[in-house]
Amino acid sequence: MMRPILLHRFTLMLLSALAFLALWQAVAQMGLVKRSFLVGPVDAFAVLWRQTLNGSLAASMLATTHRMVTGFALASGIGILLGAALGSSALVRRLLMPTLDAIRPLPASAIIPVAILMFGLNEAMSVFVIAFGSMWPVLLGTVHGFQNVPVGLRELARVLEMGRLRAFLTVHLPSAFRDIFPGLRTGLALALIMTVVTEMQASLPGLGYDIFVAQRSYRSADLYAALIVIGVIGLCINQILVWAERRLFPWASSR
Amino acid sequence: MRRPPVNLLPAGLAARMTNLVLSLIVPATLLIGWEAAAAGGYIDEGAFSRPSSIARAGIAAILDGSLLTATLQTLQAAGLGLLVGAVTGAVLGVFLGLQPMAEIATRPTVEMLRAIPAIAFTPLALLVFGFGLALQMVIVAYATAWPVMVAALAATRGIDRRLLEVADVLEMGLARRLRVIILPAVFGRIVVGLRTAMGFALVVSVTVEILANPRGLGYQLILAQQSFRPDLMYACIVWLAGLGAAAGALSNLLNRFSTEMAR
Repeated sequence: MMRPILLHRFTLMLLSALAFLALWQAVAQMGLVKRSFLVGPVDAFAVLWRQTLNGSLAASMLATTHRMVTGFALASGIGILLGAALGSSALVRRLLMPTLDAIRPLPASAIIPVAILMFGLNEAMSVFVIAFGSMWPVLLGTVHGFQNVPVGLRELARVLEMGRLRAFLTVHLPSAFRDIFPGLRTGLALALIMTVVTEMQASLPGLGYDIFVAQRSYRSADLYAALIVIGVIGLCINQILVWAERRLFPWASSR
Repeated sequence: MRRPPVNLLPAGLAARMTNLVLSLIVPATLLIGWEAAAAGGYIDEGAFSRPSSIARAGIAAILDGSLLTATLQTLQAAGLGLLVGAVTGAVLGVFLGLQPMAEIATRPTVEMLRAIPAIAFTPLALLVFGFGLALQMVIVAYATAWPVMVAALAATRGIDRRLLEVADVLEMGLARRLRVIILPAVFGRIVVGLRTAMGFALVVSVTVEILANPRGLGYQLILAQQSFRPDLMYACIVWLAGLGAAAGALSNLLNRFSTEMAR
């Protein structure tokens, strides 16, 4: 009973996606909109095919993904360590939380000029900005997770006379992970955004820069091609995280 | 006659004072250390101007009106963009929630578009609209429509089908149906989506200004950096953090308002 319905839905989705592409192509070809504004999917995919063959697509994707992952790894490391300290100690919380709460509402991209002054227009600046922007959800999730480790588990660690490090790694961190994970998920989405932004701002090789160059040289097909690739990367990240969430927390699925 | 116990400090105030003192230790140490290090020549003031000059630059920018003008420009684009985005998102979400077939059919397109960060559209929007308010508004609207749409879609789908069947039997028109059944059912969830969208609106508005649009606080910020005025740059950053906090407070107010409406 399930299978035909699923198949039916899949067919409908596929057909509608094709219909959307056809509509897009038709509108672009009718010439109602200027060609520099709207390029049909045929042209955009032709660009993608050419870039695949000459390797520039792979190079841009790799550069963007690498930058994003580096910044996000930094953000996760700092966010989890700092969050664990804040979540486990009321004193640390009282000392640092108000300061962090004052910095947190700052729009993440506003740190870009500071980063440029500190590092220049380079890779380090980009990674710093990505890390700054994507750290907050991880930090907040971790603080929440560590504050809410069940009393029973804390007692257990104490009764078993675990060392601090062992208790942290085997009891507190796994227990807090339920709250850390959504933070990581939001953080990674933000990391992609900040990556594109810094690539545009600092002219670092990658998809964000490709978009900017395409616009400046009025090559709209290249612009649409880069947008498509960024969308696909975003989709892939999301799918991987949804899959990871199901694997890690099977009891909390179907959300 | 027993005298009531004299309390110099009302209950709770002592604890609050301790908290205040504790929370001020870190920023005060940082600021004083920063100022002292700059005075001693240990810090490159080309990158980290000292707190006192930042404060002076900030006050000067407030007094000559440039900071306020820029703020209004940024908030105007954020507000109008949010309005357009939220209305579009809510209408789209409710429509797709009522039409399951349309929802399934548009899902691949919607998921694909949603995965593209709004900011990535800045160069394209620049081609179409040129510099100015429209450029920024469109990007903010794109960014803010999605969270509202997702919330409205989920909420509309969650409406008890039997209520809609009753509406069919009573032959209710769309307007009545919206007012009596749909809006009351989806209002709370839409507010949740709207709060997420509010968080995006200011950030996206500022980011478009930093990247491309020569207006507003983001432009002031990047201009200050490029014209070697780090004092003014930091003043803008402090101001922006304050604006962000104000937006957060507004969002919390909206939350309280909506929970009270629900009661």
